[in-house]
Amino acid sequence: MKKHALTSAISLFILLVGAKAQTKISGRVLDVSKHPVVGANIFIKDSYDGATTPSDGTFTFTASDTGKAMLVASLITFEKLETPVVLAGKDIVLTLILKEAVNQLQTVVISAGTIEASDEKKVTILKPLDIVTTAGAQGDITGALKTLPGTQQVGESTGLFVRGGTGNETKTFIDGMVVANPYFSGLPDVAARGRFSPFLFKGTIFSTGGYSAQYGQAMSSALVLETQDLPDRSSASAALSSVGVGAGINKLSKDSTAALGGDLNYTNLGPYYNLVPQDVKWDVTPVFEGGSLFFRKKVDDTGMLKFYGYTNYSQLGLSRPNLDSTNGYQDHFVMTNHNYYTNLTYRDNLSGSWKYYLGASYSYNQDDLKPDNLQIVNTNELSQGKVLLTHSLGSLSLLRFGGEFQDNRDESDYSSPAYSYKYKIVDDYTAGILETDIFITPKIVARLGARYEYSSLQEKANMAPRTSVAFKTGKNSQISLAYGEFYERPETRYLLEKPSLNYERATHYIINYQIVQELRTFRIEAYYKQYQNLVTTLPTNLQFPADSLHNNGGGYAQGIDVFWRDKKTFHNWDYWISYSYLDTKRQYLNYPELAQPIFAAPHTASLVVKRFIPSLLINLGATYTYASGRPYYNPNNPVFLGDRTPDYNKLGFTASYVRKYGNAFSVFVIGVDNVLGTDNIYGYRYSTNGEVRAPVTATAARMFFVGIFLSFGIDRTQDVLNNN
Amino acid sequence: MNKLKYISILFFFALQATAQNKKFTAAMEKNLHAMDTCKSIASYQQIANAFERVSNAEKKEWLAPYYTSLCNAFMASMSTGDKIDVYCDIADKYAATADSLSPKNSEICALKSLICSQRISVNPMLRGAKFGGKSAEWNTKSKELDPTNPRPYLLQAQGKFYTPAQFGGGKDKALPLIEEAVKKYESFKPASTIHPNWGKERAQYILDECQKK
Repeated sequence: MKKHALTSAISLFILLVGAKAQTKISGRVLDVSKHPVVGANIFIKDSYDGATTPSDGTFTFTASDTGKAMLVASLITFEKLETPVVLAGKDIVLTLILKEAVNQLQTVVISAGTIEASDEKKVTILKPLDIVTTAGAQGDITGALKTLPGTQQVGESTGLFVRGGTGNETKTFIDGMVVANPYFSGLPDVAARGRFSPFLFKGTIFSTGGYSAQYGQAMSSALVLETQDLPDRSSASAALSSVGVGAGINKLSKDSTAALGGDLNYTNLGPYYNLVPQDVKWDVTPVFEGGSLFFRKKVDDTGMLKFYGYTNYSQLGLSRPNLDSTNGYQDHFVMTNHNYYTNLTYRDNLSGSWKYYLGASYSYNQDDLKPDNLQIVNTNELSQGKVLLTHSLGSLSLLRFGGEFQDNRDESDYSSPAYSYKYKIVDDYTAGILETDIFITPKIVARLGARYEYSSLQEKANMAPRTSVAFKTGKNSQISLAYGEFYERPETRYLLEKPSLNYERATHYIINYQIVQELRTFRIEAYYKQYQNLVTTLPTNLQFPADSLHNNGGGYAQGIDVFWRDKKTFHNWDYWISYSYLDTKRQYLNYPELAQPIFAAPHTASLVVKRFIPSLLINLGATYTYASGRPYYNPNNPVFLGDRTPDYNKLGFTASYVRKYGNAFSVFVIGVDNVLGTDNIYGYRYSTNGEVRAPVTATAARMFFVGIFLSFGIDRTQDVLNNN
Repeated sequence: MNKLKYISILFFFALQATAQNKKFTAAMEKNLHAMDTCKSIASYQQIANAFERVSNAEKKEWLAPYYTSLCNAFMASMSTGDKIDVYCDIADKYAATADSLSPKNSEICALKSLICSQRISVNPMLRGAKFGGKSAEWNTKSKELDPTNPRPYLLQAQGKFYTPAQFGGGKDKALPLIEEAVKKYESFKPASTIHPNWGKERAQYILDECQKK
């Protein structure tokens, strides 16, 4: 026994003494392209012995352990390298090659057609705040997106007109669920704003083509919005502006796992219109009343439940001279709108490599339009359910599949003193989604997918393949290609008359090259898009209007989009330039032949400049937009759509100032959307005989905005230029 | 007999542990000494790496990951843009390791406050509210756990000092806080030669700046 104890004691002693033998280890650390790696930690695992590489990548140190050991080379952004060594007092000389770690910056992303704004991903083209601070956008998401390439400056119609597509060809999604009526209801020749505040969202993906099989029923573009998660703390907010008032609260639970909040808004343009003369006569000054409610709950570590409910009531009405009248008769239009939208989603991890998403939404919209003594009431209800499962294959690749169901109910009641009629349709729409992202290497990815759709109303199915490939060409640059088929059901007004109409269809081909750095971004994209089965309304069958409707149209759009953003060259300045070239022709609706449509300008360019003055805490912004003339219909010109409007020019300006008063963090904002008061003509309206015409313009040359936004309870004291 | 065996084994283990402990303290002291002269990111990187090696070898000592984290937080303060986040990510990782080895530690709370305040600099407009709030919370926790620790007072004063007057900051607001911090530093005694004892000069510098008219 004694002997045994002695043996252990001796072996321990040997261990301790043995540590005294020393081995000199030296060498160099290089990256894959043979450049020295600086700042790497080179050491013997589980010992103190090691060294840090200086600018030449060399290292020398002495290891006091003996025997078999592991030499570790580690540096953030590189993969850790472990090399077995034998420490026996003999010098060791090594050259270690470190591979760059696969992280977000180095991994290729599918970028064809996509512009993303996100705080979470470090390198994106835009940040969510950019949407709020873009001059001329007046806090409207659509307004900000119109400064990006691929969009048209269409001042007289609501929506985003993307790459030769109409506003109806862009669909909006919130947390993966489609929003049936993302815009306020407008009047003829007056574009309406988007319903949702940009502050609701933490991320925006604006896709101008080639998007994933997850998104359907959009021929040109998908606007994918993701709502905020839990707030950092509870807060209350208030807003007072030249157009209305608003108040909101956002309450975070004590354990920080749930938040409940909501807001109320009242907008009335009456006082503003009294101050600033309008070019049209407002019979009913625009009033908007609404509110929203949200609930967000974190379930365990990975689950997130989100509820969002929205309601709004609006009314507006204006009158314009009737061009056929010789005694000053006015045409009157009054629009009353009721809208509800609710959205409930849940995301969670199922087990290791499986994730799931469940979503349900309900939209209700009623437009009550009174042109003179007529009344048209259009009601739309959309109920939607969606399930998506994602299975990760390795660290980057994944398989995604799921299904979607929509119940779409549309009703149109038309009544005039003479007669009335009613149309009603119900469409049960189902879709299946299958998609896989395969990373051949971290630098090459292929996305293969397809979307199957069936409409019970049209009794037609379609299968839309979608494919993209992207590969890295350098540290920050990549090339991306995309092809896809996109189907969309015809506009409701035509389906109401003829439910058996076929899907309209667009085929996209896109090639994209981009260089995205932290402070500079360059992006160029060329595309070709083919339209088929567009709805046509000619020749007119007055007796049976439904017989005028066919899927006989078609056309094409091709062009080049360029984007450049630079936050680096001029200190505290940030600017971006977008340019879009568009060549498009289509035959649809009442077009007798293939023609450049009225919403398409061949050249569109925007310059957005932002300047922050840190000493004054003032943010200044200006946006200049140019678009070449667009076609308009002139009944006196034998060439169909042979005339062009003058070029469009607009300079917007905004300034904001932040400061803290007591417990309230306040932001003052002033903005003007057309500083120079340029007379932009969107087109002309003609009298029936073609002898009288009136230009279609904005309702006033300039729109001024003054507002103050207060936020209480958020201690933003350190919100600061902590230059420390 | 049995007793003797255990005693001798214990003795040798104790001997080894003491040797190990001495080795640990010596390595920490050496690194801390070198840290005092650091002026550049490169020099901090060397010390950060040395502390990291000790952290990897000594899986039960909170001070090694604490200093690894601190060096990275200092490197973040000397960086700009995305680099700040890279260093703060490492700093957060080692602060979490330290926290798991020594929970409810006032010094680690102060360290977390420091890291949060560094993250603000990446984009004050976007991050001010989030990380400013978090930084303040960690300072409050740090003070609760050890009211004699001067570092949360320094960090709080420093936050006020660099906050523009429009946001309720400025020299006037920072002065009473930094005076308190300096007072705390005067009476503060670290638990050992290798326990946290940084920030005194920084506090004096901010006090001088605040007193300047």
